[in-house]
Amino acid sequence: MASLRDIKSRINSTKKTSQITKAMQMVSASKWNRAESNARRYAPYMEKIQEVVMSIASGSTDASHPILMTRPVKKTGYVVITADKGLAGAYNSSVLRHVFKTIQQRHKSSDEYVIIAIGRVGRDFFVSRKMHVELEVIGVPDQPSFSDISDIAKSTVNLFQNELCDELYMYYNHYVSAISQEVTEKKILPLTDIEISGSLTSYEYEPDPETILEVLLPQYAESLIYGALLDGKASEHSARMTAMKSATDNAKEIIDSLSLQYNRARQAAITQEITEIVGGAAALE
Amino acid sequence: MKTIKVSVVTPDGPVYDAEVEMVSAKAKSGELGIMAGHVPMVAPLDIAAVRLKKEGGTDYIAINGGFLEVRPDVVTILAQSAERAETIDLVRARSAKERAEKRLQEKPDSIDIKRAELALKRAVNRINIAENK
Repeated sequence: MASLRDIKSRINSTKKTSQITKAMQMVSASKWNRAESNARRYAPYMEKIQEVVMSIASGSTDASHPILMTRPVKKTGYVVITADKGLAGAYNSSVLRHVFKTIQQRHKSSDEYVIIAIGRVGRDFFVSRKMHVELEVIGVPDQPSFSDISDIAKSTVNLFQNELCDELYMYYNHYVSAISQEVTEKKILPLTDIEISGSLTSYEYEPDPETILEVLLPQYAESLIYGALLDGKASEHSARMTAMKSATDNAKEIIDSLSLQYNRARQAAITQEITEIVGGAAALE
Repeated sequence: MKTIKVSVVTPDGPVYDAEVEMVSAKAKSGELGIMAGHVPMVAPLDIAAVRLKKEGGTDYIAINGGFLEVRPDVVTILAQSAERAETIDLVRARSAKERAEKRLQEKPDSIDIKRAELALKRAVNRINIAENK
């Protein structure tokens, strides 16, 4: 049986750990709150831009733009959104596993795809597997603003427009609720599946639909990436919060069972001492 | 006078929401003035000020590109970033201008020049609006 002192020091170190995980849980909780409200603030912009894109794309059949065209696929782009650090449960690994499997299934050689990594964990994962990472951003703030991401969003859309890749997929954790996130695959480009719903207004175009699509479509594609990032951030913080909560709970369990062990050992030591004293006294008689 | 609702929306949230008498904006194809009852329209905007005339004054908003959508009951401006004249940080705008000017003088490759020119345009726009409000 472990000595009293050993058990005591284990209890203490577990307590320290649980204090840290508890603090991290609370930090994530407040970040998650803000990330969620960021995602909410972004929603009206997305809705609006979607509405306009829809009505232009459906209203004028003659308007065409490279972003709307499907072309034979020689190279596929994968935008992978992960966190910059771990300690978030399965947040990073589930996305990476999914992307890795998909790439293995779809492509035979590494010339057929490019990777755009947002987040350090994803970048490191692909670099260590010698997969080509075309663009990367690390150190995205916890509450990203559009300007933090506009550079990479622009370069990503440019990859497609310059025909360096012929389709673009995006992988991220979609935020379902505080305790559940799911890995989502979303096709960003070409924009083929624009759903038409609700009432559409017919517009006058100033100067003409083509010029407007020129401005509108890249902006739309960039906002899709930004939206996914906000969604991913909300998932990241809630995943970290859950992971840290379960770590704190586990630490508590360990402390409980260790305290039980500690008390038993103490009891045993006392009993032994009494027996020794009684034995000693009996020997004297 | 009849008014029309205007909302300026960016990815970072709504910036402006009010009833105004007239919206003047600089579209890529020229200046536009929109009042209540305008025909539905979409137009891409230049990096410039949007002037919102209402009872008792005019509001200025610095718009960084984007586009304008007019509906019978509402005008929506969708931009990647927008700032009201009151909230523009003049010091930051000036330093952004200097940065962009320096980059233009050094003349690296062509992509950066284009980007620096846009940044310069944005900074000048913000400075003008903040000073003339």
